[in-house]
Amino acid sequence: MIEVRDLTKRYGEKLAVDHLSFTVEPGRVTGFLGPNGAGKSTTMRLILGLDYPESGTATINGQRYHDLARPLSTVGALLEAKSVHPGRSARNHLLFLAQTQGLPRTRVDEVLDLVGLRDVANQRAGSFSLGMGQRLGIAAALLGNPEVLLLDEPVNGLDPEGVLWIRNLMKQLASEGRTILVSSHLMNEMAVTADYLIVIGRGKLITESSTDEVIARSTDKSVRVRTPDAARLTKLITEAGGKVAPGGAPRPGDATANGADLLTVTGLDAARIGEIAASASIVLHELTPVASLEEAFLELTSGSLEFGQHGHAPVTAAEGSTR
Amino acid sequence: MTTTAPAPAVPAPAAASHLRFGGLLSSEWTKIRSVRSTAWTLILFIVITIGFTALFTWLTVANWNGPHAAARDVRVATDPVGFILGAGLGLGQLTLCVLGVLVMTTEYSTGVIRSSLLAVPRRLWMLSAKCTVFAALLLVVCEIVVFGSFFLGSAILHSHVAVSLSDHNVTRAVLGSGLYLTVLGLFSMAIGGIIRHTAGAVTTAIGVVFVLPILSGLLPNSWGAHVNGYLPEQAGTLIGQAHPTGSGNVLSAWEGFGVFCLWAAVLLAIAAYLLQKRDA
Repeated sequence: MIEVRDLTKRYGEKLAVDHLSFTVEPGRVTGFLGPNGAGKSTTMRLILGLDYPESGTATINGQRYHDLARPLSTVGALLEAKSVHPGRSARNHLLFLAQTQGLPRTRVDEVLDLVGLRDVANQRAGSFSLGMGQRLGIAAALLGNPEVLLLDEPVNGLDPEGVLWIRNLMKQLASEGRTILVSSHLMNEMAVTADYLIVIGRGKLITESSTDEVIARSTDKSVRVRTPDAARLTKLITEAGGKVAPGGAPRPGDATANGADLLTVTGLDAARIGEIAASASIVLHELTPVASLEEAFLELTSGSLEFGQHGHAPVTAAEGSTR
Repeated sequence: MTTTAPAPAVPAPAAASHLRFGGLLSSEWTKIRSVRSTAWTLILFIVITIGFTALFTWLTVANWNGPHAAARDVRVATDPVGFILGAGLGLGQLTLCVLGVLVMTTEYSTGVIRSSLLAVPRRLWMLSAKCTVFAALLLVVCEIVVFGSFFLGSAILHSHVAVSLSDHNVTRAVLGSGLYLTVLGLFSMAIGGIIRHTAGAVTTAIGVVFVLPILSGLLPNSWGAHVNGYLPEQAGTLIGQAHPTGSGNVLSAWEGFGVFCLWAAVLLAIAAYLLQKRDA
């Protein structure tokens, strides 16, 4: 269990973490969500004792990181920032970590097998692709078989296979009763990975609750509408005060998404759209209320975005919607 | 909280057995041997030191009766061991300044410091282990190199000046030179830990070792001699001379080495304080 109490950190004038408090429970994947610059990485560094807080505390199973008897056997961490010497082999990187903890050499081979890097273990880490580098980071995090895992943006830059691998790994580790805190600025990724969400913006807690609840609380819901008479319906909806965007958020496995017959409507609920269509005798093939985590997230963090609030769509939304 | 959690698959680490210093030493040894810069810098150190010792002593022998022979002959004859060691080490020590700095700064430039401190959050333990391993490595390599240099140089010089380990202060000078180089490595490592950036730290280390003595030479007479005598390189290299009583020396061989160790200790203390205090 990770407990963060009233944590505050300032870099010069900039308040990076602002009286932040939350608890990460074992047995589930907790998503740590926020736009870029919200203070996610800083909070993780504070929990891990790499940076010192201005005030407040962060404890792991009741102890400060600094006081853990065998740190890597209690906490495993994957940091977003590089933390591997490019000239050192993957095996030697893991070996020097294992030696600090008195772990046997065989454990290094075990984690290399676990992340699928056995064949390249003697290659210099600098020759690794982004995905292999992430796997090496995960191997280091799992080295001491820790109860608590902190993963900072683990899917960044990974191919779909790598994303799926990390997602399943996190779920499996959580099901074993471990405490998993995983940060991301990708809402859609969190929606399928995390059971529970801690959302921060500008270093402050915005909300924490189960992923389903965060989605359900999203007030600005949109509705997916599929109709052969898109043009006429668009006109009627607009007259009724709704907003229509052609196409729509693709659903997994939906090959025909973004077709000409698909509309995304906001500002009117599904019932009202159905009535409008019925009164004009327009055939509907689909009428689905959609609330994505992404929308919930944008709504929650609007006004707390560190970058991109002037004019253009926020960076985080753009990246999120490409997924 | 506890109600929702199934029994952890990972048993809590048994009865808090703390990290052991021996493990930290093996870890630092793995780190230092597994990067190429260590081997390359040490090879460069060996080649430069032995090479220049051979070159300078050979040139001296070859020009024994040359135009400037008289003054030089006096110097070589009064302190042959100082001459032999000074020839190669003067330049060779530069590589150790670089290696010492790199041992610390690459932790920062590559981000490995984060991995290191996650594994060993007690930062001064990590620093102590690093110092111990680096000092042990340097001591072995440097003693071999200085003895090698001495035997090579004395063999070349033999036809004109005979010098052996049994001569007065000679063994102390040779052994002491190895000690000086080892402490110089730690001295540079401390500078690396304080400055954290390779270029800045290398410049500073080399500036302190090579440039400060030149600057202090520009000070007025008595001032210059005293300031100069206490500078790290000036004080430290006294131990490599059999008769460090030449003009301008204000310290004896061991006093000089003590002053140099004090320099290194103060810088290491500053590096330790900053490591403990700063964000990683």
